[in-house]
Amino acid sequence: MNELLLVVTIAGERVALPAALVESVVELDTLIPVPRAAPHVAGLSALRSRVMTVIDCMRSLELGSSACSDGIREAAVVELDGHHYALIVDLVEDVVEAASEPAPVRAAMGSGWERASQGMVETEAGPLLLIDPAALIAGAEAKAA
Amino acid sequence: MDDLIADFVAECREMLEALGGEIVAWEAAPDDRARLDSIFRFVHTVKGNCGFFEFPRLEGLSHAAEDALADVRAGRRQADGPLVSAVLGIIDRIGEMVAAIEAGEDMPAGDDSALIGALAPGAEAAAGPAVAAAAEGQKASAAPRTIRLSVELLDRVMSTVSDMVLARNELARRLRETQTDVSVDGAFERLSAIIAEMRDAITRTRMQRIENLFVGLPRMVRDLSADLGKQVLVDIEGGDVELDREMIEMIRDPLTHIIRNAVDHGIETPAERLKTGKREIGLLCVSARQSGNQILIDIQDDGRGIDGRKLVEKAIAGGVVDKSDAAQMSAREQLALIFEAGLSTAKQVTAISGRGVGMDVVRSNVERIGGIVEVDSRPGEGTRMTLRVPLTLTIIPALTVSIGNQHFAIPRSAIEEIVRANGESVTLEHVGGAGIATIRGRRVPEVSLATVLGLESLINEKDRTLVVLRPAGGDVYALSVDRIHDHEELVVKPAAPAVMNTGLYAGTTLADDGSPILLFDAAGLAEVGGVKLEVQERASRVAQGPSAAASTATEVLLFRGLDGSRRALRLAVVDRIEEVPASAVKAAAGQLRVQLGEAILPLAGLRGEQVGDATVRLFRLSDGVHELAYAFAEVIAFAAIEHDVIHADCEGEVSGVALINGEPAELIDVHWLFAHHVGASVRSTQQLVCRLPMDDPWMQNMLRPIVEAAGYLVIGREDEGEADLVIAAQGAEAASETAKRTIWLRTEPESASKKDGSIYRYDRAGLLMALKSAGSGRGK
Repeated sequence: MNELLLVVTIAGERVALPAALVESVVELDTLIPVPRAAPHVAGLSALRSRVMTVIDCMRSLELGSSACSDGIREAAVVELDGHHYALIVDLVEDVVEAASEPAPVRAAMGSGWERASQGMVETEAGPLLLIDPAALIAGAEAKAA
Repeated sequence: MDDLIADFVAECREMLEALGGEIVAWEAAPDDRARLDSIFRFVHTVKGNCGFFEFPRLEGLSHAAEDALADVRAGRRQADGPLVSAVLGIIDRIGEMVAAIEAGEDMPAGDDSALIGALAPGAEAAAGPAVAAAAEGQKASAAPRTIRLSVELLDRVMSTVSDMVLARNELARRLRETQTDVSVDGAFERLSAIIAEMRDAITRTRMQRIENLFVGLPRMVRDLSADLGKQVLVDIEGGDVELDREMIEMIRDPLTHIIRNAVDHGIETPAERLKTGKREIGLLCVSARQSGNQILIDIQDDGRGIDGRKLVEKAIAGGVVDKSDAAQMSAREQLALIFEAGLSTAKQVTAISGRGVGMDVVRSNVERIGGIVEVDSRPGEGTRMTLRVPLTLTIIPALTVSIGNQHFAIPRSAIEEIVRANGESVTLEHVGGAGIATIRGRRVPEVSLATVLGLESLINEKDRTLVVLRPAGGDVYALSVDRIHDHEELVVKPAAPAVMNTGLYAGTTLADDGSPILLFDAAGLAEVGGVKLEVQERASRVAQGPSAAASTATEVLLFRGLDGSRRALRLAVVDRIEEVPASAVKAAAGQLRVQLGEAILPLAGLRGEQVGDATVRLFRLSDGVHELAYAFAEVIAFAAIEHDVIHADCEGEVSGVALINGEPAELIDVHWLFAHHVGASVRSTQQLVCRLPMDDPWMQNMLRPIVEAAGYLVIGREDEGEADLVIAAQGAEAASETAKRTIWLRTEPESASKKDGSIYRYDRAGLLMALKSAGSGRGK
């Protein structure tokens, strides 16, 4: 049994998240901003009486910012160290099976992608970049610290 | 069999823990039968059990100790220092063995015969150190029945209950949005009440009396001071304060460390103490008390104190601070240096402390659970360490405020008062871009929440509300917010690291409407807002003197009465707030009264409302001499009356109506309250005495109550003592002794002669007048 991957689109690019880490896919409506937090923290949202920290993946990958003001956003919910995070993505597409182990990407990528990726996996939907949710949550500043 | 051994080990450990304090207390008072009994019981239990389990060494030890103690109990022997030390030695050995059994290891090697030999009368043993322990409340009482549960299970129950509260809030919101009939509302109310009760119960499940932490201290101090050749008296207070069990474990090490330090470095040797004119026995006070949602644990010694300058020198030498920085340090900052890694003022390293590891670890341990350590010291007089620990991490009473459209919460414990920026007692000024608020003559730094958060405020600066905050251990500052909303009990959960990293927040919670709210950390806000607390402290004091008299606004306490109306009471007359069981409220002697400890006070604020709840909350009002209780439902806020008061037309409990925090509130007329509830019933300090014929049934049954109501003490004709007033029926023989005044009563409405000065006995007005004038005549 190969690892299952959740195929999502971030900044127009199709990437894969390990499906085992994703608890659910939700649609966010209200977003409460967190003043003075790191820029990739889009705010807080509530899901079934739980507070989630919402992460703007585009900001985290230094690819501009998602437009959060236009209402409903799709997001993948992951749990890390007891906290729940909602990762804002453009679109959630499908769940596919990984056909290979992640392999290093030898071509030059953007620095954000470089930091967050765990390599490239082959799937029936073509080669996809495997993204580490923890790196998305840590954001751009984690590297500098 | 294994289960039985595990139970035996657990029982032994519990008894050992409880025993630590008992033994030291026993040493201080060898005649104390109760303590002797509990120690005897311990060795007896151990002996009985190990015979059964075949632990021959344990049996031998406990048997020997039991024999010696039995002699003391029977009066054949006196408990003295050597005996206590020998018994202690045996109990320690038992503890080691029990620990070994628990770990499944072999018994610690060693010969027990020396220990047993030391028990013999007259045996040469190291003389017991002179330690006196004044540990209060350590009665040798039977422990309540208990069961063991894993913390994990409790945590699960607790977080489920927290979630349940949140789900209830969401349901409440949904119900508000839709039309529901009364029966649904009723059922929901019941559900809410049950959930609230459950939350209360589960919170208490997690709580433990801090006594468990303190019980081992006398023993520890005894051993320490014996090693160091010092004499220390331990005084423990507040053991009944309750704390989260996890917290108790977390502060065990820091507390131990602080006490070790106090005994080792703080308290001097007896010779040194005598030289400096102190008692040779050092005093170490450990006390715990609850303050808001914090527990304060004070460890105070009367030793040599900490020399701030020496600390600074050490810190400079150790490269912890710059010379230039050091010169600007305030006294408090100097003392705070002891929490820096690698600093110790001890001249030499001892086995106990002084290696310079410790206080920094203490601080980081305490801070990890959201607590604070403070130090205050005067060279030569002693040191006080204060641990401030949050009562619980999960449910915090908070005030919700808003900037623009976003809501935030502030822990209520940090709030000192709330004032309006445009109130007459408040002025806002800008000095070099920084905001300074002057509140009733006190200058406090002003932090604009909108600026700190980088949010757009919808309200003009002058129309905002100032929340005066005092972060735990810090100095006050004023936070300007757009609006104040509500006091709520919030279920606070820790926020994600990315949010906590801002340093502004203490956690997140969900509002009743289901949206997340951030809870501020008052100290973090001050830091991010750039408030310099130390500098401010002095500046504010300078400003205080001359301008204090200028303040004109009246401070009031805004509250909701039991009938639901908004009322306000002048803050100065409120002595304190009490909570009593409903059973303490009784109608007696014509009015409602409440029992508060030893005192029975008149109770106001109730107008026939039922006191159905389990408890009643009361203000205790005082006019300096008399006290009065006033029942209320909840405190809303502290406020100031800034608008005109519209006075009531008729005299009564309410003297008028004023706008407070934007809504009308009734002002309680405290003078009327006292006049109405206390005035009549009070006996003046020098009581007036009235002599009545005891054999006259009319006088006794009908007249006496009136006389007593007028403030007289009634005595009979035969009673001794000087009477201020004598009342007699006309025609009766004249009183043998002279009174200051005599009232003659006649039975006929018309007097026989105009001049006899008698009063018709049903002329109530005339009677009262006569009683009153007789009383006032006394003063002359």
